[in-house]
Amino acid sequence: MKRKHRRLLVVLACLAGLGTATGLTLAALRNTIVFFLSPAQVAAKPPGPGQVFRLGGLVVTGSVRHLTQNGHPVNDFTITDGKGSVPVVFAGVLPDLFREGQGIVALGSLRPDGRFVATEVLAKHDANYMPKDVVEALKKNGEWRPSQGEPPPAATWDFGVRTQGANARGAPATQGG
Amino acid sequence: MDATVSTPRPGGWHRFANPGRFLRLAGRVTPPIAWAGGILTAAGLLWGLFIAPADWQQGEAVRIMYLHVPSAWLASAGYFGLALCALSSLVWRHPLADLAAVEIGPVGAGFAALCLATGSLWGRPTWGTYWVWDARLTSMLVLFFLYLGHIALIRAFDDPERGYRAAAILALIGAVDLPIIHFSVQWWNTLHQGNSISLTSAPKMYIGMLAPLLVSAIGFTLLFAALVLARLSAAVMERRTRALLLAQVRSA
Repeated sequence: MKRKHRRLLVVLACLAGLGTATGLTLAALRNTIVFFLSPAQVAAKPPGPGQVFRLGGLVVTGSVRHLTQNGHPVNDFTITDGKGSVPVVFAGVLPDLFREGQGIVALGSLRPDGRFVATEVLAKHDANYMPKDVVEALKKNGEWRPSQGEPPPAATWDFGVRTQGANARGAPATQGG
Repeated sequence: MDATVSTPRPGGWHRFANPGRFLRLAGRVTPPIAWAGGILTAAGLLWGLFIAPADWQQGEAVRIMYLHVPSAWLASAGYFGLALCALSSLVWRHPLADLAAVEIGPVGAGFAALCLATGSLWGRPTWGTYWVWDARLTSMLVLFFLYLGHIALIRAFDDPERGYRAAAILALIGAVDLPIIHFSVQWWNTLHQGNSISLTSAPKMYIGMLAPLLVSAIGFTLLFAALVLARLSAAVMERRTRALLLAQVRSA
């Protein structure tokens, strides 16, 4: 065996060992590297009252209320992951992207009555990018309601949204420029 | 130190490690790559910043994407190139691989810094914060620090060969961060969104935004290649000049 072949084997063996070690470490830490807990995780293993953690999920459609508590405006809504849900109160300014059906991450703690008191709310936007007129067209056609979840795949509307009825729209590509 | 860079035996793909042949080839291909990269980058950025539509949720802030995504891609791809250099330096002792590792480092670190800065500026209007310690952001910051460590280590020894060896080992070990960056948004809950573009599924992006993003990414990639080729050519020539001067001093 030539020397460079032996060096190649040594390097590859080291890399395989390192990769396995990293993989096992990350697998072991899987539950601690999460940035936020989902409502189902909170229901399964609730953090104690007063313990600060991040809670993430989708804002339940129709749950957002703007209340007044002790003379201060308070946002009251419920967030869900489809398996569980947690009611949240937040007395601060909501991010611009906050809406029903939007994913959010809130920092705070549980009150003894099970309500999550948030001190910070961040919007978590999804991986879908689409222009406004496409969204309007999809909404008008009843093909998608943003509060109900993920939009239809881009391939179905990339070159124009098919409209029912007489008021045919041009392809959004022409409006995009 | 060996002044006339040792020449590997010709034949196979090893012949590209010959510095003289590299200089001739790089001198020919670098200008067209740089021009194509400059033109495509300008076209992609102008298209993305002024012509492409705004996002329905994020509004105009989405345009940071046309800078952020190419720099994130190049920070990772550059580190992958660094790891390949490290491998061929450790295994085949290619003289060019070490010089290439020296020259890739600062360029890649620049793109990693650009990725972190633009991401931070993008995060403020969309998420509501400049920075969070989620898995994607943290692993990208680690990549930036790996670049800085590599830049420092490869220049830290009086005997350059020792620096090359130590930095090559660091580059290979750091390469485990690359899959972590890529899959962080799938393995863990993160604030950062998932991948919009992947090899295995249809892009989740309007074609009028996807096209300028791809043009910009190709343009930045060519610019990256041209920068590294120009820096590497300069490094090879610097080495030759030093060797000539040393020979003159010795014979005088």
